[in-house]
Amino acid sequence: MIGRRGTKGAKPVFEFRDIGDPTEPLLVVDDLHTSFRTGRGTVRAVDGVSLTVKAGTTLGIVGESGSGKTVLSRSIMGLLPTRDVIKSGTVHFAGHDLTALEPAQLRQVWGAELSMIFQDPMTALNPVKRIGRQITESLRLHLGMNRAEADATAVELLRSVGIPSPEDRVRWYPFQLSGGMRQRVMIAIALACAPRLVMADEPTTGLDVTVQAQILDLLGELQRERHMAVILVTHDLGVVANRADEIVVMYAGRVVERAPTHTLFANTHMPYTRALMDSIPRLSDPSGVRLQAIAGRPPDLIHPPEGCRFAPRCAYAQDKCRESDPPLRTAGSPDHLFACWFPLVHGTSTAPPAPSSGNGSSSAPPPTSAADTAIDPGAEVQSP
Amino acid sequence: MTKYLIRRFIQLVVVAFIISVLVFLLVHLLPGDPSVTILGPNDTAQNRTILLHQLGLNKPLWNQYTIWLTAVFHGNLGQSYLNHESVTHILATGAPIDIELIVLSQIVAFAVAIPLALVTSRRPNRPLDNVASTGTFGLLAMPPFVIAPIMVAVFAVGLHWFPATGYVPFTKDPAANLHDMVLPALAITAGSIAVYYRLLRSDLISTLQEDFITMARSKGLSNRRIMLRHAFRPSTFSLLAAAGVNIGALLAGTFIVEWLFAISGLGYSLVVSVQQRDYLVVQGISLVVAIAYVFLQFVVDFLFTVVDPRVIRE
Repeated sequence: MIGRRGTKGAKPVFEFRDIGDPTEPLLVVDDLHTSFRTGRGTVRAVDGVSLTVKAGTTLGIVGESGSGKTVLSRSIMGLLPTRDVIKSGTVHFAGHDLTALEPAQLRQVWGAELSMIFQDPMTALNPVKRIGRQITESLRLHLGMNRAEADATAVELLRSVGIPSPEDRVRWYPFQLSGGMRQRVMIAIALACAPRLVMADEPTTGLDVTVQAQILDLLGELQRERHMAVILVTHDLGVVANRADEIVVMYAGRVVERAPTHTLFANTHMPYTRALMDSIPRLSDPSGVRLQAIAGRPPDLIHPPEGCRFAPRCAYAQDKCRESDPPLRTAGSPDHLFACWFPLVHGTSTAPPAPSSGNGSSSAPPPTSAADTAIDPGAEVQSP
Repeated sequence: MTKYLIRRFIQLVVVAFIISVLVFLLVHLLPGDPSVTILGPNDTAQNRTILLHQLGLNKPLWNQYTIWLTAVFHGNLGQSYLNHESVTHILATGAPIDIELIVLSQIVAFAVAIPLALVTSRRPNRPLDNVASTGTFGLLAMPPFVIAPIMVAVFAVGLHWFPATGYVPFTKDPAANLHDMVLPALAITAGSIAVYYRLLRSDLISTLQEDFITMARSKGLSNRRIMLRHAFRPSTFSLLAAAGVNIGALLAGTFIVEWLFAISGLGYSLVVSVQQRDYLVVQGISLVVAIAYVFLQFVVDFLFTVVDPRVIRE
């Protein structure tokens, strides 16, 4: 049913070429919304997200479970089902608007130019297919290789992701491999056709900590070799801290802070980002120190709270935060965006020193000399 | 694998032995004996005793059983008390009919159920799926003794497409044979279609929720290829198990259809010989059917290892 060459019989209705402006980023996501119709109401899982990824760079998308980061990565690819899903916004990839492509056209992009590494290597590989076949099928489909060429390439790919004796392993089934090995296989599959952009959705969540670092280092190495762009989705700021060029922090379906990695860590503006950083356990902490968890849970995305969505959990929240929604804006450096009325400046809140209004946030540090360094919230540039 | 096969063979011998004992006891538990059918109901008690003595039926049960079993090991299944036809001959003429009925009906059942499930499971609860689900539910509710007369009325009596009764051996005239077998096979197939379709559909729907299907989509594979190469095989476990049980039930279990279409396969011979207390025929057919059943389950188990490589490791 499938010809010798993957494309036999089918006219190439659409040939994907890079028609993007080389000075423009590889991926430009603009005001992306994704909602799900459910029995309880409409869940706004991704609510107006804009971001860009330059060729060969790494973007980290960080947020708690339920912040919409997985839905975002699937929306960017266009992998979500069409039924009961409402989408708007555009995703320009190498000059093409992916949201405007037909399914058959998208299939020429998927796997070939834009591929995905899934969260759970235990369930994302087909349990009844040999791993070699799972690699060769995209090679044959997209690159038109014959069986022998594809088999040889699969062995090379497995070798490049560090799987020992790949000549034998191509004939193995996923259940014969450990979790780390399976994740390596998944990377080999994602990289098979040398895509320009790889979306890695929590690629190491299911793995041991020691294996996590190996896998991420491997991904980084292959990325540099092949000059790929990578979107690294994770709940762990520590994972992206020294791997991403830029970081997007998501909360309740929105981008709440976006900055080059160095800037973000040097001068965190959004209290949520700060809280995420504080929740990374540190080896330097003396034993017995309680891990800083963020109190409460992400809001219900059917009925998100009025005003800033993080306000109910924010130690610095003021009345203004609970009343109106802070826009994504810049201050100081133009590539540092944040959505907060009273941003932190070098770890200190710019909120007025009024008594906390029954938020129960007695742990909030006293806003001392904040006024000196405060950014005037009124004179801000709106988000692009 | 060799160990597995040996274990299976021992299992087969044990099951066949148990079945033969049970069948032997059950037929002898039935009231009456073959003398009634041979001599008629009005003969003298003395004549009956002589006959039973000639047939060896006056001996203790265990002795009758060992005599029978010894003969079986010598390849002799005995003969009918009534027409002296050898049991081996009854099996040789009846079994091809049963096998043909089963093979034809199952080919049709799979040929209908599998494509239908592959098409409808992609869009569950849409119009096409609803029609197929309702339709197969209807088929499930119609046993062969309802379907067969309807088909005879429509396709044989009404349209004259197929004969209402009759049987020509396949070796004599393949075309006529198939022509005769269409209606009986279809009468059996309806229930199988419904069961196979529903099981495969629900397994496919749950397989399509799996991460590896999203993964396959993200590789840019076509829907057709995803259904056939990624979703189908991991979805066939229930189908295989059900097919094993279903085909097993059809082994000598097609009496009603054979009777309605006047073709005497093993199912027909078995029921008639039970009625006539034709002990050796009942025992012979039961033994062969039991062995065939165990063998069938063996094939199903083997297919499980083909479908899912993880099974063989256990």
